[in-house]
Amino acid sequence: MITVFERPKSLTPAKTHYCPGCTHGIIHRLVAEVIDELGVREETIGIAPVGCSVLAYNYFNVDMYEAAHGRAPAVATGIKRVHPDKVVFTYQGDGDLAAIGTAEIIHAAARGEKITTIFVNNAIYGMTGGQMAPTTLIGQTATTAPNGRDPEVQGYPIRMSEILATMPGAAYIARVSVHNPQEVAKAKKAVKTAFQVQLERKGFAMVEVLSSCPTNWGLTPLKALEWLKDNMIPYYPLGVQKAPEEVKA
Amino acid sequence: MAKVLMKGNEALGEAAIRAGCRFFFGYPITPQSELPHYLAKRLPEIGGVFLQAESEVAAINMVYGAAGAGARVMTSSSSPGVSLKMEGISYIAGAELPCVIVNMQRGGPGLGSIQPGQSDYFQAVKGGGHGDYRLLVLAPASIQEMVDLMGLAFALADKYRNPVMILGDGTLGQMMEPVEFPEMIDPDKLPSKPWAARGAKGREPNIINSLYLNPLELEEHNLKLQAKYAQMAEEETRSESYYTDDAEIVLVGYGSSARVCKAAVDQARQQGIKAGLFRPITLFPFPKAEIQAACRQAKSVLTVEMSMGQLVEDVRYNLEFKVPVHFYGRAGGMVPTTRAVVSKITELVQEGGRSA
Repeated sequence: MITVFERPKSLTPAKTHYCPGCTHGIIHRLVAEVIDELGVREETIGIAPVGCSVLAYNYFNVDMYEAAHGRAPAVATGIKRVHPDKVVFTYQGDGDLAAIGTAEIIHAAARGEKITTIFVNNAIYGMTGGQMAPTTLIGQTATTAPNGRDPEVQGYPIRMSEILATMPGAAYIARVSVHNPQEVAKAKKAVKTAFQVQLERKGFAMVEVLSSCPTNWGLTPLKALEWLKDNMIPYYPLGVQKAPEEVKA
Repeated sequence: MAKVLMKGNEALGEAAIRAGCRFFFGYPITPQSELPHYLAKRLPEIGGVFLQAESEVAAINMVYGAAGAGARVMTSSSSPGVSLKMEGISYIAGAELPCVIVNMQRGGPGLGSIQPGQSDYFQAVKGGGHGDYRLLVLAPASIQEMVDLMGLAFALADKYRNPVMILGDGTLGQMMEPVEFPEMIDPDKLPSKPWAARGAKGREPNIINSLYLNPLELEEHNLKLQAKYAQMAEEETRSESYYTDDAEIVLVGYGSSARVCKAAVDQARQQGIKAGLFRPITLFPFPKAEIQAACRQAKSVLTVEMSMGQLVEDVRYNLEFKVPVHFYGRAGGMVPTTRAVVSKITELVQEGGRSA
């Protein structure tokens, strides 16, 4: 019998707690496939954030940490400085990375920490009940912005990839999406590059993944993917923001 | 090994290195800055890592990362900075990670002053951050004791998988005394930490975590932590009793205040007053049996602090309110003088040590 599809070794058999239609599952799988393909499962240490993916330590079959809200890049720094030869990645949402943990991610990038960050941007706080995120779009409603985000009141959504790409310490910054199979394939390529950049000690690497939240957006899974494509991508353009020369080629 | 004259903060740095610490993460704050200065120079010389973090919050989370990865790791700060670290300290205690945290206390509250203080006692011994947890708190009173307690701090942190705090103050950090250092511990020869997250090679993954969504599991985790603290109370209390055997009045103080008290006891003895000093070295666990033994024939007890009265509550509690416990404290960076303490002793002895 030929095996054509199986669970990556870097994922546990645990059932995830994610809502139906949530794209966290896809992103977990991409990360796990990349860790498998690079053959570094037993050398990898991951850090789960606070937010929807708080339990990611139950799903990745590697050594894991659960970090305080926003602090994953600092925790990763501590690990990587002790074990510079290991592979260290953080998995963070938009509230974690772009609000409460802004300082930690900016300075990890500024220091050029040789870590990989997977930044899942779904423009909302999922776990705590659909509150406004730093990446919530203008006009988008949230439980704490019931009339839609108004720049006069709540200001503007933050483009983290663009900000981090200005850092000399950042080696690879890319924004991808997982709203259709073509984009999933591109996303995987970016995730793989972000781990390779770490293995080659080039500097900080981050992949921002645009993700859907059908539950808190109040849309069906399919409609949510369409909403992502029509609304998020115009504000958060896909593509490689920054890469080492040989990767760009 | 010959004695060398060293500033307290620098001696602490060298003592940490001797104890096998190779990782330091911190953020600048007065009056502890000589400690990071020393380590910034010294750690890279011996293959260690010194990293100045972007904030106190980041520094303590780097400690969380390094401790979970199996390293002997330290951070240091002073009062306002330690407040910022409290979130991370709670996580470290919850995840049962060993590390050493130095607090060279200054006057508070708020930004307070840069002068020495002892008003972080409650924060250090009662938990400080959220949740039911305790730090093991060591309070040195001399530079040599700072050096000796640093070795103990790392050993106890590993033994209990618990954060240990060295609670000093600005005076101890800034003063100079001759010290002798122990032999260097090779961190590679320390017992391995099978629970550490350093890559799941040939084993199931290790998870460094303080989240327990099942309430029964979290309660069980809390009971386990409490059992650990009870074991500390059984095995780890330390104190010094000075002329307490026949003392009618016993002074209680820790750190710099205890040095003032010792001089005051000597002066009171010269005046024919039977005074003694009890100095807790572990502030948590509090040396309960020891303080009761030291005060068994005391008519009164006088707690001296550089605060408005924090240690005094534990003194009353641990003496079970059987002896009148008085208080003398200065705050804001003011240090109690020997003369003022002797005058307080004389006053209490004349009153006959009755009222509290």
